[in-house]
Amino acid sequence: MLALRRIWAMVYRHVALYRRSWPRLLELAYWPVLQMCIWGFTASYLAARMGNPIAIAAGALLGGVLLWEVAVRSQMGVAISFLEEIWSRNLGHVFVSPLRPWELVAALLGVSFIRMAIGIAPAILLAWALYAFNLFSLGPALVLFFANLMVMGWSVSLLVVSLILRHGAGAEALAWSVLFGLTPFSAVFYPVSVLPAAVRPIALALPSAHVFEGMRAVLATGAVPWAQLGWAVALNGAWLGLAVLVFARQFREARVRGALLSIGE
Amino acid sequence: MDAIEVAHLTKRYGQTLAVDDIGFRVPAGATLGLLGGNGAGKTTTIAMLLGILIPSAGSIRILGHDMARDRFAALARMNFSSPYIALPLRLSVAENLRIYGHLYGVRRLERRIAELSEELALGEFLHRPAGQLSAGQKTRVALAKALINRPDVLLLDEPTASLDPDTGDMVRSWLERYRAESGCTVLLASHNMAEVERLCSDVVMLKRGRIVDRGSPDDLLLRYGRDDLESVFLDIARDRRGGGGAADPMLADAMAGGRAEL
Repeated sequence: MLALRRIWAMVYRHVALYRRSWPRLLELAYWPVLQMCIWGFTASYLAARMGNPIAIAAGALLGGVLLWEVAVRSQMGVAISFLEEIWSRNLGHVFVSPLRPWELVAALLGVSFIRMAIGIAPAILLAWALYAFNLFSLGPALVLFFANLMVMGWSVSLLVVSLILRHGAGAEALAWSVLFGLTPFSAVFYPVSVLPAAVRPIALALPSAHVFEGMRAVLATGAVPWAQLGWAVALNGAWLGLAVLVFARQFREARVRGALLSIGE
Repeated sequence: MDAIEVAHLTKRYGQTLAVDDIGFRVPAGATLGLLGGNGAGKTTTIAMLLGILIPSAGSIRILGHDMARDRFAALARMNFSSPYIALPLRLSVAENLRIYGHLYGVRRLERRIAELSEELALGEFLHRPAGQLSAGQKTRVALAKALINRPDVLLLDEPTASLDPDTGDMVRSWLERYRAESGCTVLLASHNMAEVERLCSDVVMLKRGRIVDRGSPDDLLLRYGRDDLESVFLDIARDRRGGGGAADPMLADAMAGGRAEL
């Protein structure tokens, strides 16, 4: 019960911050909506010029944009919420309270979920209103796609937070950029088979590539590709386990070096 | 019973020895002053007491809990204030206190915030963002945060730094009253010698990570033949031990070697 209260304390800290700052709220939705506009109009244009086959591809494109934002926003949600503590020079107070490191992580994941939901919802509505693309037409599999991409974003973010603990605020640029670097290997807009043979093992080691292969299969055939989803879940388990181990080690190292007091400097 | 027990505490950063084999005990309800110049090891010692920094060697027990194994049990009954660690500036004072109240599992939290607001006169800016407060107001808020859980052990790192004399005196008076009423154990790191003389029952002098002297403020004044702690501090900082020196043979040994357990 006390653990839940401590987790809520750290969630409340961010809820209170966003409640009084409309520019921050706007920023959450800005990029997903912008992406949806750019890719939505591009897809509409191509579908109008080239007919039905392109319309199916356009659906895959819009689905890719929306679902990839789930991973990106989930990753940024954790990393930026952690950076907020560094920017406000508050880590020293947080870590001398009875808050356990895992409770902080749980709170960051909760905040990340809230941020992601606020950021993605307007883009989903926009896709439906402007381009008649209903993400929910993916059916119940959508929940599994969402969950897998969210967990992948969290794994990457824990690795980013570990790097920030190790290298200080100098590593903060990774909070914004790291997942974009994985986009080419995640097969968001094209199948894994398009990639050069040498690169395919990298793609297949990422849960996201299996999620997007699955999404395209659902859009094309209506059938849920359970094998792809199984791979995504297994890979997420492995990546999340690794990320937790790296975070735990870097947190302890930060306590050895005294970095928790001086990390913002 | 001792609230704080420190033995052979050492912190090494590569070749640099920040804290060198120090040991001290603070009885429950006492106020210990940790004195020393910049780089003497005060903040490093406090960070280790709070569990945020892992010692290279030695042991710390607070309220009977071994900080290496069971720090969270002790941390729930401790608190800390430092002007060098901020609270989130965009959140209001009440929101900040609410966050820390939840972190420390404070019962009847809103009532506790109202109590602190009245005692520390926070009312007029309770709903103002912490970043819009004056230095004196920020110090009172930091103190309210440090007392939100009615700690049994309170660690204060220069609690009145950068305050005007009036606000500084108000904070000191409040600390005196709180300690007397609650029986709280206080460890105070400060550069303000008058503050230390007024608040502390015992003083540990640190220099280059070592304990070079210890005693009550009156003992130290007598031993160094000085009228105020500032002069004692300067004697120690400038290696002028002629002003009385250490009369106690054990302390003399400590001053010579800086390693003796006091």
